[in-house]
Amino acid sequence: MDPGTGAGMAAGTRTRELPLRWRAAELSARRTESRSAETLVLRVPGWPGHLPGQHVDVRLTAEDGYSTQRSYSVASAPDGDRVELTVQRVDDGEVSPYLADVFSPGDLVEVRGPVGGWFVWRPREQAEPVLLVAGGSGIVPLMAMVRVRTALGSRVPFRLLYSVREPADRLYAAELDRGAPGLDTTLLYTRTAPPGAGRAAGRLTPQDLVAWGWPPDFEPAVYVCGPTGFVEAAAAFLVGLGHAPERIRTERFGPTGG
Amino acid sequence: MAIVSRGFHGRRPTAGHRLPPGQYETHDFPVLSAGPTPRVPRDEWTFTVTTETGARHTWDWARFTALPTQEPTVDLHCVTKWSKFGTHWSGVSLDELLADVATAADFALVHCYGGYTTNLPLADLLDGRAWIAHGYDGGDLPAEHGGPARLLVPHLYLWKSAKWVRGIELRTEDEPGFWESAGYHDYGDPWREQRYQGD
Repeated sequence: MDPGTGAGMAAGTRTRELPLRWRAAELSARRTESRSAETLVLRVPGWPGHLPGQHVDVRLTAEDGYSTQRSYSVASAPDGDRVELTVQRVDDGEVSPYLADVFSPGDLVEVRGPVGGWFVWRPREQAEPVLLVAGGSGIVPLMAMVRVRTALGSRVPFRLLYSVREPADRLYAAELDRGAPGLDTTLLYTRTAPPGAGRAAGRLTPQDLVAWGWPPDFEPAVYVCGPTGFVEAAAAFLVGLGHAPERIRTERFGPTGG
Repeated sequence: MAIVSRGFHGRRPTAGHRLPPGQYETHDFPVLSAGPTPRVPRDEWTFTVTTETGARHTWDWARFTALPTQEPTVDLHCVTKWSKFGTHWSGVSLDELLADVATAADFALVHCYGGYTTNLPLADLLDGRAWIAHGYDGGDLPAEHGGPARLLVPHLYLWKSAKWVRGIELRTEDEPGFWESAGYHDYGDPWREQRYQGD
């Protein structure tokens, strides 16, 4: 590693100088993913497509002109003007209770994006195995990677370690249960494991990453997303196991963002 | 005419504070970074200013912390939309660090442990507007927030306040840093909402 030149840590080349436009986005449907998470299916005319892992800015404007913005990872694979976001309800939040509970089919928000060129999987350029490490709602951008892999029929080997408190907190449960060839998914329950789970409930450990991740010498691309404490721990374990820091990409989902 | 989200009311910031456009107020301190948190022991930490002629000015931890310390209280604005008002820092002003540096450069490229970079005009580091911070809220700066030391340039979006700073390269030409190469704005003024290239 040579931090002096930033070697190994280049986010990408500059491709865009035009302003990212705000676009109207209409809710066409919603799906309940868990007690606290809703997937919003938006129709965004003119959507330019996205890479899995990228996010959008969402702007909400009240009747009196007050407006605020939040960032949400795209959960879906590119599919025309259809963009899916999964919103975790933060009870005292300003925006997420609205999006999760009030926002109804036919209602509008504005979105712009896609944004972010670092926490992305580029299936046409990356052939190495992929390790996805998700904590809670950190699964969302990683699910977009899983879905793009499936949509493209990619044979890049994927392993997903998905940490949740208990079975009812799982997002995309049916889809992940169905699985896909070459995608190995391991659920890590931190509080309550279901009967028959092969692992006692508990937080992510280095041993979990050894048992269900990729060995460092496979040189996988590693994506870690979750709350700060989870990401800090997982990234430190991965470095400790010998994964090169520049192959570990992180993104945080904090309690803020409400 | 703005597009109204039916049934959205929203909140307004705490009285007495003004939010830049599109931001919301938070009271905790979210952590954002692109990779694992570097762990840099203070006895191995150095900070180097390199000029456009190649002249180098280096401080180790002892020399750096022997410089006069200021205690700015500033508002933070992150491009991911949160703003945090009234944060307390301790650090060394860039005016102090650059006082004896002879340069005709207009731009700075900030380098960090872990490989992160960010660019900004040199002028934005001067006149009491930027610090190399080594303390936060009365204690040492935690590693996840950029310790041992980070740049603090609170009048720009927080990605410019590079964590785990190790040096500043003074340049006659601008060179995009990490996020700036990935579509983020070269300057990043929150009051003009310069989030992305072209804003």
